[in-house]
Amino acid sequence: MSVQSPGKPYWNPYAAGIGLGVLLFIAFLITGTGLGASGGINRVLVFFQNMFWPEHIDQVPYLLKMAGGETNPLDSWIVFLTLGTVFGGFISGKIGKRSIWETNKGPNTTKHSRWVMAIIGGIFMGYGARLARGCTSGQALSGGAVLSVGSWAFMFAVFAGAYLLAYSFRRFWN
Amino acid sequence: MFEFPLPLTELFGHWGSYSVYFIIGGAFGFILESAGFGNSKKLAAQFYFKDLAVFKVMFTAIITAMVLIFLATAAGILDYNLIWVPPTYLWPGIVGGLIMGVGFIIGGFCPGTSLVAVATKKIDGMFFVFGVLIGIFLFGETIASYDVFFNSYFYGRFTLPELFGLSYGTVILAIVIIAIGIFLIAEQVEKSQSDNYQPMPKWTKAAALGLVVIAVGVLSLGQPSNQDRWEGIAEVEQARLDNREVQVTPQELLSLMNDTKLKPILLDVRDEIDYNQFHIYGAQLTAMDDLLELSELLQLEPANAVVVVISNDEQRATEAWKMLKAESVPNIYMLEGGVNKWIKFFSDDDFLEKNALAKVEKDCLAYQFDSALGDRIAAAEPEYHKNDPHMMFKAKIKLQLKRAPTSGGCG
Repeated sequence: MSVQSPGKPYWNPYAAGIGLGVLLFIAFLITGTGLGASGGINRVLVFFQNMFWPEHIDQVPYLLKMAGGETNPLDSWIVFLTLGTVFGGFISGKIGKRSIWETNKGPNTTKHSRWVMAIIGGIFMGYGARLARGCTSGQALSGGAVLSVGSWAFMFAVFAGAYLLAYSFRRFWN
Repeated sequence: MFEFPLPLTELFGHWGSYSVYFIIGGAFGFILESAGFGNSKKLAAQFYFKDLAVFKVMFTAIITAMVLIFLATAAGILDYNLIWVPPTYLWPGIVGGLIMGVGFIIGGFCPGTSLVAVATKKIDGMFFVFGVLIGIFLFGETIASYDVFFNSYFYGRFTLPELFGLSYGTVILAIVIIAIGIFLIAEQVEKSQSDNYQPMPKWTKAAALGLVVIAVGVLSLGQPSNQDRWEGIAEVEQARLDNREVQVTPQELLSLMNDTKLKPILLDVRDEIDYNQFHIYGAQLTAMDDLLELSELLQLEPANAVVVVISNDEQRATEAWKMLKAESVPNIYMLEGGVNKWIKFFSDDDFLEKNALAKVEKDCLAYQFDSALGDRIAAAEPEYHKNDPHMMFKAKIKLQLKRAPTSGGCG
């Protein structure tokens, strides 16, 4: 059965898709860069790494690009896009009365094992997103709309990875 | 022609442009949350064929944005060369994608959706974001050990129409039709798997038809060719050529080559035989036919890159300059008087007397060499003395603010 909202019903997926598509178009039209999420999270992390462990940043070329010397990793448009995303989600959740403390999980699993799985899944997701140079929004959605070959290959890989393991993890979700 | 994308920082300033991104992000978060993507059950249901909202939202968004973007580029409003097309690193992308797929089924979110989950107090979303931070941290710590793979299988800005050898319009129309077909299949799947199936609302038929109509429009308009792009800017740019604003003197080029703050890129567009006889130190031999492909790589150069095209005199360099300028390559100039003037300027009288040809055809090398010396001759890399009065010039190179983005939403 289609999953129900805890508050007001979710939008029709095709309507949400058209809205998202028009937004993505406007984002490209105005900024030329499309949407993204993992880049912002990344920079927040690097900011804290730089705060507590600046010598280390200076030794890793990958981190150096974002926070070497005087460079502030938060001084980037991606960070503001990410902050906006959280803010927009917050407003929508308030309006839709869906902003309630809860843990979403399958009926046959405990809250605690769901939390552990969320951390493990997050680790894979964060690692993979950096390796693939983007996440579902930056690579698949934005790159897909502008017809990048790599983005389409990436998109199929994400779905393939999830479908391949879906059966093994069915008891966590069903 | 090509008013968009907007030069945001120029228009609104540093913080002004950041507020634009904040607003776009806000709309993004609002839509994600409204579609139900703050709920991990809704997201995971995709992989058990019970609720295909993830697929429907994503592909509807992709095809909607795609037809609008390419309609705008076909109409000459939006410059495709100035929008961020994620460069293809094929296998790192696929392996990263597979790892993310695993993360998706275990953790129940992707990075963007986990943000709206946190914003709506979903505790599993918070644990997930914590995991993402650990994952990113681990990547930063381990990437140095296999960065060869991370940077391999690089195809640059590589698009589906280029892969299939078809026009943009054809590929776009095909994707729209395939997507609509898959939506219809998805509906059947949901109907059979779900006890509370909601049929597609009636308006979706009109929307689908609308998308097909726009895609057909994109196909019939076609994307602007290099020639079209030049014609769009010819009025302004031909005047700059005629006023000799873009022809840099040999002195200025030599000073550029010795400027450590700038990155000079010298493109020698002459025939290989001339290039082998003599070329300026560091100049890359570039065939005219390869220029369009090269222009994509030039877009990825840093903001301090300055491109100078060089031919024997100015004839072929002017053609090359127009081609690259039409493709919106920033900071593009040509060498005044070409290689012939350069040799004349930096060689001694003895050499000039001995090697000058009596009769020079247009756009041909005006000197003969005993053997193919390439850049193993003093005039190829003259010594640079900044304060030499002989070396004074009126500077023409002005760095322009870079407009093509060098990273996307995940940089």
